[in-house]
Amino acid sequence: MNNNVGTRPYIWGSWPAGSRFCSCCPGVSVCEQGVCAPPPHHNCPSSAPDVAMVKHFMCCSVLKNSWDQVSTAFWQRYPNPYSNHVLTEDIVFREVTLDNCLISRRLLTKTSRMPRWAEKYFPAHMGRSAYIVEDSIVEPRSQTMTTVTWNISHARLMSVVERCVYRVNPENSGWTEIKREAWISSNLYGLSRAVQEFGLARFKASVTRTMKGFEYILAKMQGDTPARTLAETAKEATGKARETALAATEKAKGLASHAHKKHYV
Amino acid sequence: MSPAANKGGWSAGEMDSVGESCTELKREYDKCFTRWFADKFLKGDSDGDPCDELFKKYQLCVQKAIKDKGIPVDGLEFMGPNKGKPQN
Repeated sequence: MNNNVGTRPYIWGSWPAGSRFCSCCPGVSVCEQGVCAPPPHHNCPSSAPDVAMVKHFMCCSVLKNSWDQVSTAFWQRYPNPYSNHVLTEDIVFREVTLDNCLISRRLLTKTSRMPRWAEKYFPAHMGRSAYIVEDSIVEPRSQTMTTVTWNISHARLMSVVERCVYRVNPENSGWTEIKREAWISSNLYGLSRAVQEFGLARFKASVTRTMKGFEYILAKMQGDTPARTLAETAKEATGKARETALAATEKAKGLASHAHKKHYV
Repeated sequence: MSPAANKGGWSAGEMDSVGESCTELKREYDKCFTRWFADKFLKGDSDGDPCDELFKKYQLCVQKAIKDKGIPVDGLEFMGPNKGKPQN
């Protein structure tokens, strides 16, 4: 079924969690060739998809209610005692398709809850509500409901994509099974890589200056007159160091902006 | 038992709309939708949409509120982040 370009046939779920995921498309795995899989091949905006830090989650649960009841309850589930963080709920798109499926988009606003340590680093985020979009398809003929939920705010900080499939429980037709998958990723990974690259390049530039300094002093100690004046030599060494630092800054900027201009808002 | 039936007087709590002035329109529409969903849609009855008018009024209000608040829902592909995933 999946005609993969990779050297090994792709089996959904066989990629170990946290391994090769395309950083621009949450949940899309990257095969050995670096091509997004499974087909139809997604065209990655970046020419070389990074291996992003993505946490993958999968689980299955059962509700001891009929599929009809669950899909009806789905539209009435807010508010409930466990949803105090959900502030508003709106249907912003809805349509019955020609084959009698109901497609809807629900917009939720939630309080932006962060751990205490994150509040220090992102004080601006605290005041703002989080916006979440939930798209769904209800297919009464096949008794299947598929939902995809993801945050459209704070996404650079953390992106969570959840996909659920609600079906009649194969063991008990009066029950409903829910297959849930989630992909959690953070662009901060890209930012810390940029910081690392910059730090490394600046260190290298500093080493260049140090060695030049040594060479100069050693030459002087041995009575060798340096071929050029001190000012010229120092200027050259500083210039080289500055070039390296500039190149490093550009690379770091590139990495940081690459990390930023992604699927995430 | 009809899924929408009130058992022992339970009634769904009510949420606010993101547009403060749209909350009443939203709740009116939600009531209509819940009845239509359970009694018609799930039973395969494609008779027509009795909630169409209410929905239009509600959407006029909420789409404006979304624009005013600058909420970036525009242009988002339906089931967007789900693209490329196999249907299981």
